[in-house]
Amino acid sequence: MTRALILLRRRLVGSVFVLLIVVIGSFLLLEAAPGDAVDAYIVSTGGDAGMIELLRHRWGLDQSELTRLANYLWALLRLDLGQSVTFSRPIREIILERLPTTLILMGSATALSFGLGSALGIYAGARPGSLRDRFLSIGSLALYAVPGFWLGLVLIVVFAVDLRWLPIGGIETIASGKTGFSRAADIAVHLVLPVSALGFIYLALYLRMMRAGMAEAWRQDFVLAARARGLPRRRIVLAHVARNALLPLVTMLGLQSAQMLGGSVVIESVFAVPGLGRLAQEAVAGRDTPLLLGIILFSAVLVVVINLLVDLAYAVLDPRVGAGEASA
Amino acid sequence: MNRLRRFFRTPEAIAGALILALLAAMALAAPLLFPGDPQAIAGPALQPPFQDWSVPLGTDRLGRNVLAELFHGARTSLAVGLAAAAAALLIGAVVGTLAGFAGGLIDEALMRVTDAFQTVPSFLLALAFVSIVGPSLGVVVAAIALSAWTGPARVARAEVLSIRERDYVAGARVIGMHPLEIAFREVLPNALPPVLALSSVIVAAAILTEAALSFLGLGDPNRVTWGGMIAEGRTVLRTAPFLSVVPGVALVLTVLGIYLTGEGVVESTAVSRSLS
Repeated sequence: MTRALILLRRRLVGSVFVLLIVVIGSFLLLEAAPGDAVDAYIVSTGGDAGMIELLRHRWGLDQSELTRLANYLWALLRLDLGQSVTFSRPIREIILERLPTTLILMGSATALSFGLGSALGIYAGARPGSLRDRFLSIGSLALYAVPGFWLGLVLIVVFAVDLRWLPIGGIETIASGKTGFSRAADIAVHLVLPVSALGFIYLALYLRMMRAGMAEAWRQDFVLAARARGLPRRRIVLAHVARNALLPLVTMLGLQSAQMLGGSVVIESVFAVPGLGRLAQEAVAGRDTPLLLGIILFSAVLVVVINLLVDLAYAVLDPRVGAGEASA
Repeated sequence: MNRLRRFFRTPEAIAGALILALLAAMALAAPLLFPGDPQAIAGPALQPPFQDWSVPLGTDRLGRNVLAELFHGARTSLAVGLAAAAAALLIGAVVGTLAGFAGGLIDEALMRVTDAFQTVPSFLLALAFVSIVGPSLGVVVAAIALSAWTGPARVARAEVLSIRERDYVAGARVIGMHPLEIAFREVLPNALPPVLALSSVIVAAAILTEAALSFLGLGDPNRVTWGGMIAEGRTVLRTAPFLSVVPGVALVLTVLGIYLTGEGVVESTAVSRSLS
């Protein structure tokens, strides 16, 4: 356990620096955006030049850039992301409201792409160079070439418009009054298409990584040894070859989380799922720069947390990780 | 010549090269075959494909010629994809070389910045950049490059770390070359091959990102883009699904062609390496 803790501490220190850079970057973007918080406020309430001056002074916007950066950092430390222009509410509140939906969507899509992708990868990698391997490799490449939003539209045309099996969008039936289990089932039905659209794209990635790792592992000596001992083929494939190819996939899981958050922007827009991604699109449409940057900062924190968790899982799975530092 | 023959050994590489050749021909021929504004009205709205041969793929919601839009869209997709990928590879190679060659504090600082860029979801970054600066072709290219340079930077740095220990670098130091001159004239060119191996993936990702940005309405409004066509067709998805399907198929084929060609190149060089 100390091994994992030491790793965690080192990663945490690095993460603080990384997040600081992200914050400074987003402050610069905020400065580059035309207009400031006072302009946005005046647009919605109205007021004269004297009032603008007064507000700028009161909100500290007439101070130097460094002071404003310090104010910005201080506000963030108090978990204050500022006020949304379009919603006229605290940004933190809106983000936390939209977060669960996106987490469910991302979690299900990750489970789908990781589970099915690695399973198909094992199937292909069990016999590298075989017909089924070639077929799956090209098929996965074709899948990886599909834009997620377009796959979403095609799924809508087929399953919601033509076959009428599944709802066209949204997260649940509006004003259905469902509670408990039937509400969960309703949400699940609504999530089938968005999760498929998001998950199937990344499935190809895990499939290809698994296959490549297995093709590599087949050439290793321990596989030869396992064969020499006369182990059944099934056991060699699963316990020796696939197991060794699995670890890089776990690392990929963390790295992909940032990609998936980005992908959920378009998928949530296509399916009208009220999550973080759609919020980002709404922020763009409403020219709500503080909200957009709040979402970016929040996603960066989310990605850092997910990667920390993946690192911990990795340390538990692979006894070699961090062992050198613990003894040093 | 030998290398070319080796590239065309697999059917995948041949298919990829054919798709790319067709695409390049489409992009180059667009202003010749469809002169004038592709966004001009060509006939009655929402004509289905294969009926009137003056508009073979039909017309969209505003009566624009879908085939003309498709050809001009190929131009935008290829131009943005290639320009953004070139910019990303250039930034990545320079940052990676500086970090790897300088080492110490500069390396640490540059790599933390790289980490920061990788922590922010790249599509969100591109989205924010375009929405703040304003949509135009140059801004879209910059936004995509900004979100794609980290991979090349890491690869370049790893390569430079091994190259800077070589004898010819020590030799350059001895004859008194300036460190920056060594970094960019001796080290960088030798670190390029593995960085360039990333180009097919980066061009493909750039084309997909551009499509997603235009789909969300953040493309250059004065250019026809495939993503914009899909978004346009989405409003009549129930009655005229072909308007979204046609540009989508074009996108899939383009990206697939790039991947296949990339794989073919990697495979042909892998064989030549193992033979030498």
